[in-house]
Amino acid sequence: MPSYTASIGAITYRFDSVRELLAKATPPRAGDRLAGVCAESAPERVAAQLALADLPLAALLEEPVVPYEADDVTRLIVDGHDQSAFSAIRHLTVGGFRDWLLSDLATESDLARLAPGITPEVAAAVSKLMRVQDLILIARKCPVVSRFRTTLGLPGRLATRLQPNHPTDDPTGIAASIVDGLLMGAGDAVIGVNPASDNVAQAVRLLHMLADVIERHAIPTQSCVLTHVTNTMQAMRQGAPVDLVFQSIAGTEAANRSFGVSLALLDEAHEAARALRRGTVGDQVMYFETGQGSALSANAHHGVDQQTCEARAYAVARRYRPFLVNSVVGFIGPEYLYDGKEITRAGLEDHFCGKLMGVPMGMDVCYTNHAEADQGDADVLLTLLGTAGCNYIMGVPGSDDVMLSYQTTSFHDALYLRRLLGLRPAPEFEAWLERAGIVDPGETFRLRDEMPEAFGRALARLAAP
Amino acid sequence: MSKARDLAPAWSALRRFTPARIALGRTGVSLPTSAHLAFQLAHAQARDAVHRPFNSEALAAGLRASTVLSSLGALQLESRATSRVHYLQRPDLGRRLNEASAAALRQAAPRAAPDVAFVITDGLSALAIEANAVPFLEEVVPSVMADGLAIAPLCVVRGGRVALGDEVGELLRARCVVILVGERPGLTSPDSLGAYLTFAPCIGLTDERRNCLSNIRPAGLPWREAAVRLHWLIRECLRRQLSGVDLKEDAPTLAGPGVAALPG
Repeated sequence: MPSYTASIGAITYRFDSVRELLAKATPPRAGDRLAGVCAESAPERVAAQLALADLPLAALLEEPVVPYEADDVTRLIVDGHDQSAFSAIRHLTVGGFRDWLLSDLATESDLARLAPGITPEVAAAVSKLMRVQDLILIARKCPVVSRFRTTLGLPGRLATRLQPNHPTDDPTGIAASIVDGLLMGAGDAVIGVNPASDNVAQAVRLLHMLADVIERHAIPTQSCVLTHVTNTMQAMRQGAPVDLVFQSIAGTEAANRSFGVSLALLDEAHEAARALRRGTVGDQVMYFETGQGSALSANAHHGVDQQTCEARAYAVARRYRPFLVNSVVGFIGPEYLYDGKEITRAGLEDHFCGKLMGVPMGMDVCYTNHAEADQGDADVLLTLLGTAGCNYIMGVPGSDDVMLSYQTTSFHDALYLRRLLGLRPAPEFEAWLERAGIVDPGETFRLRDEMPEAFGRALARLAAP
Repeated sequence: MSKARDLAPAWSALRRFTPARIALGRTGVSLPTSAHLAFQLAHAQARDAVHRPFNSEALAAGLRASTVLSSLGALQLESRATSRVHYLQRPDLGRRLNEASAAALRQAAPRAAPDVAFVITDGLSALAIEANAVPFLEEVVPSVMADGLAIAPLCVVRGGRVALGDEVGELLRARCVVILVGERPGLTSPDSLGAYLTFAPCIGLTDERRNCLSNIRPAGLPWREAAVRLHWLIRECLRRQLSGVDLKEDAPTLAGPGVAALPG
């Protein structure tokens, strides 16, 4: 196995594998410290970045970070690699690739053609040489559009997942949060519930309830109950109205096993949901969540740094042409991302790597109460992701998820970002907001002050004793 | 200057259906001042719960002073995490006792192997322990004693994670261990206690071997109800000689009519 070196003054730093080089070149974060794979000093980190900058991109393909024989995600990456797309950049080093991505030569259409040739390790490697502004500027050149009943990811648009969770899944309580969200212009990415009781019967009940709201108000959007994929498959067999199939995924076979999933299982779920043909403008039916640290927390990281593991999860996602993919960046905990600074960087890396690989990335801009983060940190990441062209964010009432006990973005936050950057909802949903009398028609996206008539009736129904 | 519109929306009546922060109103597109500051206060309280120093001395004194619990005795122990910041970044250290505590526990272990060991640790909320540990144990311990089971000295540990119960249980040679741990505080629940039960505890077990009762606090799963459920779990765990996923299948459901039908 070759080794990689960089000299700074009299000191020569040596890295014995691509895996070690990637880990030590990674900007500091708690999970890599916990795993013991990070650089031991700041100069060693820069030395690793110098050595990584000189590494030919082809070396990242020749030396997988997790052995081919041991891991089906590696096999997916290697066997599914689009060599002809990659040939455009095959001659470059990692540092040269960064320069090219930032250059005026790399246009939107070039990057779209290149995406299938980008492996997770290539995306992760180049991101480790980037500053925050690089991650933003290049991601913005990589719009990724996905379609089901709405069209997401178009430039100038920002969608939201309406997340109406309730601590006991009370249907009226969930409905109350849905009404709140719709009247605040949220819900074009999906109306997606995390159930408190995680079983098939509950998933089926919630699926019917969500489908009923969407049909009654003729809302161009899709629903999802974020339960285990096997529960959703059971629900489909029972004839439940499943729009999107949700699953948490990670970047190694062993981590996915700890989630109770395999590629074969996801293949089966994907086929079953497509066969329902419930989409109108498209047939992308998968919704995946990921997050840096998930492989380490399952002790399934193979000594690979957490950001490279995370990018490998996008290779799993990409196989299914997903409608939605988001990292839950601040949710996994401070032992993986300690504070606002680490969360911010990780969120932008995840968005960048996903977009460069052609994955329709959104983001759960979030934090828990034991992380060193607050609403100010969330505002910073939210605003930066808006400028980077993030497909969607979460929307919960007042930023407080009362079921999952963490803070994510609110309906107000989405309105803020839309107003600040002139972003609009998904086109199909925006037209509905106008028809329903929730927003005023016109150039500026502006909520009306009066209660729309249809919702006045729904409110009366809900509020009746 | 035109008059500002009423900031509260027409659908405020829906608030009674959910603890979620709905119908907050808006000024322009933004949060009104009152809703913004209410959130800031809730976050401040949750942060305070995470970083609140754990007064294990006072808790041990409280356990010794309780007429129901005093006969068990209380030991004060520490994990390998030496500070709060250390604890938050190194979950592995919170899963193990430091050397002095492990030695002290070996020394104090009763000659006859106990049936049940109770461990109490601050986890992510010392507030949860201070508010709930003594009254909850006063509900559950008498039922366990009434079954004729031997209970080990109560172990109060600073800076522990859930898996720390495994080491304590192993050193005490307990047939099963219950660890009470302060849960990650939510904005509306800074004082939530979790209880985890493991049969045949030993270092290295993972979560699928445990049963969990969550959100134990007066405004969540009340002490009495949690004690009834934990007692049922302890009894079944010892009878079937297992804990975790296989036991969970049959556990009575939270709240609702199931609770009244519980045995014991």
